[in-house]
Amino acid sequence: MAIRVENVNYIYGEGTAYEIHALKNINLTIQDGEFIGLIGHTGSGKSTLTQHLNGLIRASSGKIYYNDQNIYQENFSMKELRGKVGLVFQYPEHQLFEVDVFSDVCFGPKNLGLNTAEVEKRAREALKSVGLEESFYKQSPFELSGGQKRRVAIAGVLAMEPEVLILDEPTAGLDPKGRDEILDEIARLHQERHITIILVSHSMEDIARYVGRIIVMNKGNVQWDDTPKEVFRNYRELEKIGLAAPQVTYIMNELKQNGFAVDTEITTVEEAKDSILRALKDREKKQV
Amino acid sequence: MIRDITIGQYYPADSVIHRLDPRVKLMGTIVFLISLFLFDHFVGYIIATLFLGCAIKMSKVPLKFMVKGLKAIFMLLAISVVFNLLLTDGVVVFQIWKIKVTQEGIRMAVFMAIRLVYLILGSSLMTLTTTPNDLTDGMEKAMSPLRKLRVPVHEISMMMSIALRFIPILLEETDKIMKAQQARGADFESGNLIRRAKSMIPILVPLFISAFRRANDLAMAMEARCYRGGEGRTKMKPLQYRKRDYITYGIYIGYLLAVVGVNLAWQRWM
Repeated sequence: MAIRVENVNYIYGEGTAYEIHALKNINLTIQDGEFIGLIGHTGSGKSTLTQHLNGLIRASSGKIYYNDQNIYQENFSMKELRGKVGLVFQYPEHQLFEVDVFSDVCFGPKNLGLNTAEVEKRAREALKSVGLEESFYKQSPFELSGGQKRRVAIAGVLAMEPEVLILDEPTAGLDPKGRDEILDEIARLHQERHITIILVSHSMEDIARYVGRIIVMNKGNVQWDDTPKEVFRNYRELEKIGLAAPQVTYIMNELKQNGFAVDTEITTVEEAKDSILRALKDREKKQV
Repeated sequence: MIRDITIGQYYPADSVIHRLDPRVKLMGTIVFLISLFLFDHFVGYIIATLFLGCAIKMSKVPLKFMVKGLKAIFMLLAISVVFNLLLTDGVVVFQIWKIKVTQEGIRMAVFMAIRLVYLILGSSLMTLTTTPNDLTDGMEKAMSPLRKLRVPVHEISMMMSIALRFIPILLEETDKIMKAQQARGADFESGNLIRRAKSMIPILVPLFISAFRRANDLAMAMEARCYRGGEGRTKMKPLQYRKRDYITYGIYIGYLLAVVGVNLAWQRWM
């Protein structure tokens, strides 16, 4: 049970002046239950890659397997795949269209051909898991706040009960509180329902806090594909391709250079706190 | 599919046609469009084809790119061909039940189809080789005498350029929304006409909202930069005719004369 990407190439506008080689020979395997962070500079091909995974874009060459089934096979149902691999686009609230929140969330499961009772059950569960109460159900989605709209849109994809959930910058344009809430909800979904999550983000802090594996895209290539610690160790190279490591990584490196015995492979604030306190204690001991 | 519509798009290239004064290109398009309706014989079509062919060749816009734009008018083309074919009276070629196909009908259908295709090719050649900014400048300048008749020339050209500018943006937006809804299992391709029409709602509602949002943002941005209409507005790059522009005008006159002359000659002697 996994997604396998084999030698995938994608070229935008083939044969025109706008030709862009967006993906260059990509090879990836995504296992069930992983929490992956996908990072890359604007135009590095990360959005293009995510749209390949649920068949919205067809690769110019190469193959993609979902659970060992070739998705480009003739009788393969793309609709079913899109139910299994849920994709939440950037600014997903721009896709809302129904008269009320509840019917909008029902749109996805209804398209899967489920019966009304099942559709409503799923919609209710999805809305609950993004933290929207029943009082919102009959409201127009256009009257909600930005963060609430975003949640409705995410619920719209969740209601299809996907096995893999891809989120393209789910926190763009939200305030810090809204950002944390949405990310915590995603992390909870990962823990409770064991769905595979692929999180596209520009925030290294968010990535470091949640994911177990980072894929770094650069100019259509996969530059790194490793654990956060291993990837952020290359923070100098990351900077060269327009990215960075989390702020704490910089602090830890500076501290180390100034003679503190701290662990430089730290990526989250909590770990940093522990490491700094430990270093300070050691120092005190030595002085005593 | 949606990216195939090339009308209103700019194709960057370095060619004589790109460098021409927008007024010249505007005039050329109008001359060409009118010329299409001045003749009714194949010799005229040959001249028009040559004229258009040379212009496309010189513009360095790949023909493939231009032809792609025709896909959008395919339905219109098919309907006009069918109607011309079946509803024109004349010498019957063959007849099935009450449906007659006449010589004149076939002629009309073929000529109409060519005219439509050339109309689209001719006008998209202008937009493909002229940036929207240039185009507005050209239109404003060309229409400026109308200002004496209290025609709001600046406002009209501004609206047109914004409309043109928004075509690719809205197409992109449509593409994005379609994908987002497809990701939620929406299906735009199968089902009968009513079902397909209904399946457009999840695209049209968000598209309308985004169009209004964009219009609002644009209005704000323009006001923030002190835009207040055309009164007393100066240009950073005022339009100026060069030698190549005068030569092109000359070519237009030659082309028009050729088309009219050949057509008249044909009518008289044949």
